[in-house]
Amino acid sequence: MKILVAVKRVVDANVKVRVKADNSGVDLTNAKMAINPFCEIAVEEAIRLKEKGQADEVIVVSIGDKACHEQIRTALALGADRGIHVEAQDGLQPLAVAKLLHAIVQRESIDLVLVGKQSIDSDNNQVAQMLAALGGMPQGTFACGVEVQDGKLKVVREIDGGEQTILLSLPAVVSTDLRLNEPRYASLPNIMKAKKKPIDSLTPADLGVSVAARLRTVSVEPPPERSAGIKVASVDELITRLKTEAKVI
Amino acid sequence: MKILVIAEHDNLSLKPATLSTVTAALAIGQPVDVLVAGAACASVANAAAAVAGVSRVLVADHPAHAAQLAESIAALVAEIGTQYTHILAAATTTGKNLLPRVAALLDVAQISEIVAVKSADTFVRPIYAGNALATVQSDDPVKVITVRTTAFAEAASAGNAAAVEPLNVVKEQALSAFVGQQLSTSERPELTAASVVISGGRGMQSGENFVLIEKVADKLGAAIGASRAAVDAGFVPNDMQVGQTGKIVAPELYIAVGISGAIQHLAGMKDSKVIVAINKDAEAPIFQVADYGLVDDLFKVLPELAEKL
Repeated sequence: MKILVAVKRVVDANVKVRVKADNSGVDLTNAKMAINPFCEIAVEEAIRLKEKGQADEVIVVSIGDKACHEQIRTALALGADRGIHVEAQDGLQPLAVAKLLHAIVQRESIDLVLVGKQSIDSDNNQVAQMLAALGGMPQGTFACGVEVQDGKLKVVREIDGGEQTILLSLPAVVSTDLRLNEPRYASLPNIMKAKKKPIDSLTPADLGVSVAARLRTVSVEPPPERSAGIKVASVDELITRLKTEAKVI
Repeated sequence: MKILVIAEHDNLSLKPATLSTVTAALAIGQPVDVLVAGAACASVANAAAAVAGVSRVLVADHPAHAAQLAESIAALVAEIGTQYTHILAAATTTGKNLLPRVAALLDVAQISEIVAVKSADTFVRPIYAGNALATVQSDDPVKVITVRTTAFAEAASAGNAAAVEPLNVVKEQALSAFVGQQLSTSERPELTAASVVISGGRGMQSGENFVLIEKVADKLGAAIGASRAAVDAGFVPNDMQVGQTGKIVAPELYIAVGISGAIQHLAGMKDSKVIVAINKDAEAPIFQVADYGLVDDLFKVLPELAEKL
């Protein structure tokens, strides 16, 4: 089985972003960047499938400017076999990303695609579902369990109020949720080894994909600030204020 | 303008998330049709026909739709979707699973988790875990949209009698099969639908201590949530997580107990009407968003609350 994992370079989860003064977007100047946390879980799952002998090769792909090489190298240090960098402007929209991944799936004859369920910057939660649609493949979204069973894929999904189990034919697309696994750290020897692993470079034109944006961002604004209220001195005061002032109990 | 709302249901009852989605649809325009795709789902169709503002209910009732798997339902929605200018679903795990697949089949963008409608082609949605709000405009012939239900009031669930029409489109497929599901059963209200939510964080110190929260929740008829830190520490299961990567809630009253107030958590609850924070650390960021803050030891406060409420 050949696995493709897509990783996105995003602002580090611990950075508090600020909206630019001209409302054109958020200011990421000098911000620490990292692999999107959900994508890291996808990389880990792919490597575990390979360690179990269920995958022969793990290919990691990232789409964006040259800086993405950093995230591809990280995934290679974690255990992916080789990388593909699709050189494009940052911030491509999900449909364009799905089309690029679809072209790679066909080119590489991929059996399983693992992606994070959403990126923590644009918060779209779309690529897996779109890619599955484009490829006529089944989808196992928000996965918290993945198991290969007689040439099929059993996926446990996190749904509102519980879990759902589905069985998918291959090739398939899986999007990973938080509980699926706990990603490992790269060891120093593996970081050194990763430097020798190959990374191919492609462009959207090489893949025959138009990446034109479908949505225009009109403006980006900070959310309304919630101001701090008052401190109460006791449980009695709290209950009284909730009853008579806020009237919520 | 012609709008299609995908009903959220379990073949038995129509979920309140649909009512909020109908409100968002009506903010865009009319007429609003509702699609009920399921198996033996007549009661859902009747409930949808009673919702205020709905013009027509389309019922695709077939055993192949029983589990509402995205592979079949998306194909069905895409087939009838070209007759519409907008297709909306709630941004629940069901809607999020389905609509991007529909959008790709129609070769259009999908707009995720809108919190406001500016016009028929312009919408507001949170990005960066709610730390920014983006206003986006779409020129696509069909706008495919998921709706953050807490941002839209529920449409009245009774009083209307929209036409109910069968839709004889069936998309059988062999790509995916439903094996089973496990839903957590609780006597408490569902987190996203509760009018009072009380959540515990790392300060609870253990899963056993959540019994202190349960006692207060019993008095208030509240749902119980948790911060990511409490989930990661293994105190409680993940489906209790309130936050950007968990559930988004906006109850009348939100009580945060032993929660410091990480950005991640605030993103999931800051639209609550009244926020109470109980934490012994007076510097905890949660106090910056709380209407009422009580700086004290939760192990003292919770039993006292349970007793005096």
